[in-house]
Amino acid sequence: MTKKLKKRLKKILAGAAVLVCAVLAAGLPGELYRYASFVLFLAAYVIVGGDVVKNAIVNIGHGQVFDENFLMTLATVGAFFVGDYPEAVAVMLFYQVGEWFQSYAVNKSRKSITELMDIRPDYANVLRDGSEETVEPDEVAMGEHIVVKPGERIPLDGIIRRGNSSLDTMALTGESMPREVLCGDEVISGCVNLQGVLEIEVTKEFGDSTVSKILNLVESASSRKAEAENFITKFARYYTPIVVVCAALLAVLPPLVLSVLVGQNAQAVPVTGAVWADWIYRALTFLVISCPCALVISIPLSFFGGLGGASREGILIKGSNYLEALAEAESVVMDKTGTLTRGTFAVSQIVTAPDADCTKEKLLELAAYAESYSNHPISKSLLAAYGKEIDSSRIERAEEIAGNGVHVCVDGKEVYAGNTRLMEEQQIQPLPARETGTVVHVACAGCYLGYILIADEIKEDAAEAVQALKAAGIRQIVMLTGDRKETAEDVAGRLGITEVYAELLPGDKVDRMEELMQKKSAKGKLLFVGDGINDAPVLARADIGIAMGGLGSDAAIEAADVVIMTDEPSKLARAMQISHKTLRIVKQNIVFALGVKILVLLLAAAGIASMWAAVFADVGVAVIAILNAMRALKA
Amino acid sequence: MKKTYILEDLDCAHCAAKIETAVSRLDGVEKCTVTFLTQKLVIEAEEEKIPQITKEIKSIVKKTEPDVTVIEK
Repeated sequence: MTKKLKKRLKKILAGAAVLVCAVLAAGLPGELYRYASFVLFLAAYVIVGGDVVKNAIVNIGHGQVFDENFLMTLATVGAFFVGDYPEAVAVMLFYQVGEWFQSYAVNKSRKSITELMDIRPDYANVLRDGSEETVEPDEVAMGEHIVVKPGERIPLDGIIRRGNSSLDTMALTGESMPREVLCGDEVISGCVNLQGVLEIEVTKEFGDSTVSKILNLVESASSRKAEAENFITKFARYYTPIVVVCAALLAVLPPLVLSVLVGQNAQAVPVTGAVWADWIYRALTFLVISCPCALVISIPLSFFGGLGGASREGILIKGSNYLEALAEAESVVMDKTGTLTRGTFAVSQIVTAPDADCTKEKLLELAAYAESYSNHPISKSLLAAYGKEIDSSRIERAEEIAGNGVHVCVDGKEVYAGNTRLMEEQQIQPLPARETGTVVHVACAGCYLGYILIADEIKEDAAEAVQALKAAGIRQIVMLTGDRKETAEDVAGRLGITEVYAELLPGDKVDRMEELMQKKSAKGKLLFVGDGINDAPVLARADIGIAMGGLGSDAAIEAADVVIMTDEPSKLARAMQISHKTLRIVKQNIVFALGVKILVLLLAAAGIASMWAAVFADVGVAVIAILNAMRALKA
Repeated sequence: MKKTYILEDLDCAHCAAKIETAVSRLDGVEKCTVTFLTQKLVIEAEEEKIPQITKEIKSIVKKTEPDVTVIEK
């Protein structure tokens, strides 16, 4: 609780105590007690509402008439004059209690949201002249070395020059598994070092570091306002003056009309001061309800909560407007490589020839040895799958046959590894490989042994992601890729995507995108998901551009509207869920706040609702709406 | 040039909107956003007019919500 809140709470409690005394005194017989109670009521009013009255007067001096201070002052002073002392004080008290809760709730939500984004490093241990110095992260220059101890947050992006460790990337990606890092690896700021001491060469200044970029992005996200927010701002502009005018009319017109009617009819009860007081009371009740605060606070708060909740899961949304638009997604266009597949090649299958006397392990070993001299990505994935050290003394005479494969002598035997053409040149009949991907046939001493299939791996959660999107009501899921048709269709088939455009050049992707944008309905939104590499124009063209694996890729963070920090396509459906939930909360708040206000306005006009109900309609509703808005934060 | 101010104890969202509108209209201010939740006021303005603008921002804030303290960042 802040100092200001504590002070206000004390005033409220003191005022309440004096009010109780006043009410007790009023209940006692005798003239003296009547005066005493009046003085006590007045004292309670000053304690509780003094600030409000003061602000109202000061603001009128500034030319601001219709603010809530003025309205509350007018309503309660009016109640005093009409003779409802307890009500005047109680209404002011209740209003202050409500305001207090409102500030408390806003403070609390501010705190929980900032805690959520608590990735800002406080200091950096920089190595200067052989000793460690603790400085602000923005004082470290590029090329300097920093030391990060276990439990500390990495303050700047860089490359590890000494030490190995595992990093907690939770705050950035929402991923709970620690990430292993070795000497020479690039690391990003915002991660927490879990084990060893790391010495890191700084490659980016603080302002360009990942952590600054992310913080900037999240903080400025709520300034891009959603349609619902703009609607509320506009609404608030008209609501208050209209209600105030209604209140004025309500105070004057009905009694006047009654007077005229009475004047025409001699038998009727004459319009007395009491009738006027009754209508003025109803008008004052109107004034209390005229502040649009519940809406004005709770709607942006809901969006902010949604943005915060999403960023906790590693989904950075660049604006409330995008969060709102995600719920209207109609079609999703996905890039294949890097989005649905890992974009790295790995051994996916080992097939031995039926008549060859060779195990799968042996086949892989031979292939790995044969390719061990090559730098090609294919040979790297073979070596990775083999996983053991290569004993180079077993290899003689390695020779690369450009475009076709390699020819080496392993353990004194001639080994050929490569494509079908290489096998045919050696008069060897390879097995026909039906699967898509890159095939490496292996032959040893003139005998065909089998083949190894190397393919881009589909991400573990890709199929689940497509299912979840379909379940979320996405009507059209399209895959775009520059890859070969067979590979594309194979991947799409396994994931359950029916619409595929393959063999596209980067320019073709934009054209396809244009076509798809034309075909979709006017209200529905089209999402594009890519890995941010080479697809910036497509990201920009879509209604919402989503970049995957934002860690370390500046281009992606710049070009996209939504950045998914992890490599999981399933986060897309999650982002849509968060969007739906946030909008549900926003709608609930709008309907609830407006519903209660209009209801109480009608009841007040009819003379049924008291000023109590009006205060509830104002601050009570605001507090409930804020509490509801806070749900958006919890994913 | 971009400049950020912190509006400490900004409690009323409606006032935040009013401050935003008033500051946007100041001479030399190209763009102004007030974010209620982060209590930040960010302006894009002509550099040489910034001292004058800062003075005016303080007076606007004082008029709209007297409890708020403006801190330059």
